[in-house]
Amino acid sequence: MARINLDHIRHAYGPSPKSPSDYSLKEVHHEWNDGGAYALLGPSGCGKTTLLNIISGLLQPSEGKILFDGRDVTYLSTQDRNIAQVFQFPVIYDTMTVYDNLAFPLRNRHVPEGEVDRRVNEILEMIGLADRAKKKAQGLTADQKQKISLGRGLVRSDVSAILFDEPLTVIDPHMKWVLRSQLKRLHKQFGFTMVYVTHDQTEALTFADKVVVMYDGEIVQIGTPAELFEKPKHTFVGYFIGSPGMNVLPAKIDGSSVDLDGQKVALSFAPKIAAGAKTELGIRPEFVRLGREGMPVTISKVEDIGRQKIVRASFASRPIAIVVHEDGEIPTDPRVTFDPSAINIYANSWRVTDSLPIGGAA
Amino acid sequence: MEKTWNNKAWFMVLPVLVLVAFSAVIPLMTVVNYSVQDTFGNNEFFWAGTDWFTDVLHSDRFWDALTRNLIFSAIILAIEIPLGILIALNMPKKGLGVPVCLVLMSLPLLIPWNVVGTIWQVFGRVDIGLLGYTLAALGINYNYVNNVFDAWVTLIVMDIWHWTSLVVLLCYAGLVSIPDAYYQAAKIDGASRWSVFRYIQLPKMKRVLLIAFLLRFMDSFMIYTEPFVVTGGGPGNATTFLSIDLVKTAIGQFDLGPAAALSIIYFLIILLLSWIFYTVMTTSDAQK
Repeated sequence: MARINLDHIRHAYGPSPKSPSDYSLKEVHHEWNDGGAYALLGPSGCGKTTLLNIISGLLQPSEGKILFDGRDVTYLSTQDRNIAQVFQFPVIYDTMTVYDNLAFPLRNRHVPEGEVDRRVNEILEMIGLADRAKKKAQGLTADQKQKISLGRGLVRSDVSAILFDEPLTVIDPHMKWVLRSQLKRLHKQFGFTMVYVTHDQTEALTFADKVVVMYDGEIVQIGTPAELFEKPKHTFVGYFIGSPGMNVLPAKIDGSSVDLDGQKVALSFAPKIAAGAKTELGIRPEFVRLGREGMPVTISKVEDIGRQKIVRASFASRPIAIVVHEDGEIPTDPRVTFDPSAINIYANSWRVTDSLPIGGAA
Repeated sequence: MEKTWNNKAWFMVLPVLVLVAFSAVIPLMTVVNYSVQDTFGNNEFFWAGTDWFTDVLHSDRFWDALTRNLIFSAIILAIEIPLGILIALNMPKKGLGVPVCLVLMSLPLLIPWNVVGTIWQVFGRVDIGLLGYTLAALGINYNYVNNVFDAWVTLIVMDIWHWTSLVVLLCYAGLVSIPDAYYQAAKIDGASRWSVFRYIQLPKMKRVLLIAFLLRFMDSFMIYTEPFVVTGGGPGNATTFLSIDLVKTAIGQFDLGPAAALSIIYFLIILLLSWIFYTVMTTSDAQK
């Protein structure tokens, strides 16, 4: 278990990178707390796996340092870093039994056989393969194999951190839920530092205390699920998190009022924006009220998804999504109002905090 | 759709049947014909029954040649398979080295067998051959023409030079098909280099290794051209393998009856061993 510091890490796969676009991983400078459960969330190709492999030591970063509990481990091998990692697709040792597969990482480290037996049986129980312990691993189904991979990641009790690279992709939905809760329980019980890569927001939000959202090779926001929901730092976080994602509308800012293509909305603060920045207003569909008062919208479609309805409409000639309660009424002359506390203002896609301009950052 | 029930489909396989009849069945039956009869020319045949078979199976000449064949194949396999694996493991996995290595490895396989024999025949000569001359200059008494041990070493080294590449290429194909995640997981699990080989690479190479083993066994068991060119079966009969013995009997001595019987026995041995290998391969697959 360790605190992990990423000190100005950058990575490029090609040799001699010059422009920022040559980097698959743009600068990451961040501390991961000892015993924290983090989820790395982002679309495919955003650099999640690169970052994970840099932490585990499978990849050497082009620039920067990695510290475990203050100790520089940048040039240490995976083994010396004492990291466990679970991969996206099952990796099992075909010729070994299920039991030996799980015992392998322990035996390689010369753990006494009594301790090996105790740990392996505990893990076998957890992943529900106790009755197959003595069977050859190669006859198993894909999700059983992945459970073994998962088990091998969890079997060592003294690891600095456990890294998961989309480990539940091949597992069926029900089992996903079960395994995820077990991981969560394990985390509470033993306090491992866990980093979990995923592109599934539900998975990230249920697993982690802190969610790290990555986009195009950089970390755009680190926060609790609530922070990501209420105050997305970047418009990408806004529409990546939440279903449906945040409504982002082009806006003209004038003091503490916003002009949305002719519709005026008052703000509770006066954002300071750098001159020439592209300004937008972001509002989550949950905080758009549909009623008889406010600004006119044209409804194009209503999706009933059970506990609530999603109204697709056109507002100020822009598409907008509105969440309406299951038995909320949809008026014939629909109008909307925005909850003022839920409005976020963006300059060049980055959120403007109260009156401090941060437009143009990146 | 209605199914049509008649036997017209048999006409479809007729061309293949004719081809196989001319290329395999008819020659084979001719051999069978010779093996049970005696002839002194003029197309006169006398029934001999199983006499030729009894003769062959009771002759030391047959058993000696068979023993030589088995020893030769055993030595070849014991060296070429591990050596092939070792080279394949050390070949580059990416970059410019890959095509260079692959071309170098394929070169010996592209050379006709009799040319390989000639190359080594000259290479090993004490008077003009680079190898033979160098060894003689170093004071080593090497002569494949009259020393049995030297003749065997020359044939074995030649076969290794010629055919290890095949094992290498097959193993390499098996190795490159292993996803990176396996090696990464092994690093995470703290596996030693030996464990990586034993638990990841060897199991993934198992199928291609079985094929390599089968091919090298069959080829080495049927070896003819190279020893014929290099040693001509000598010194004495020291390198007379079954195939060389067969040709000597049939073309050298014109003993068509015994030669035909020997062919059939030879054929049955290869058939039997192939069947054993096939059975071993399929049962080991069935365990999966």
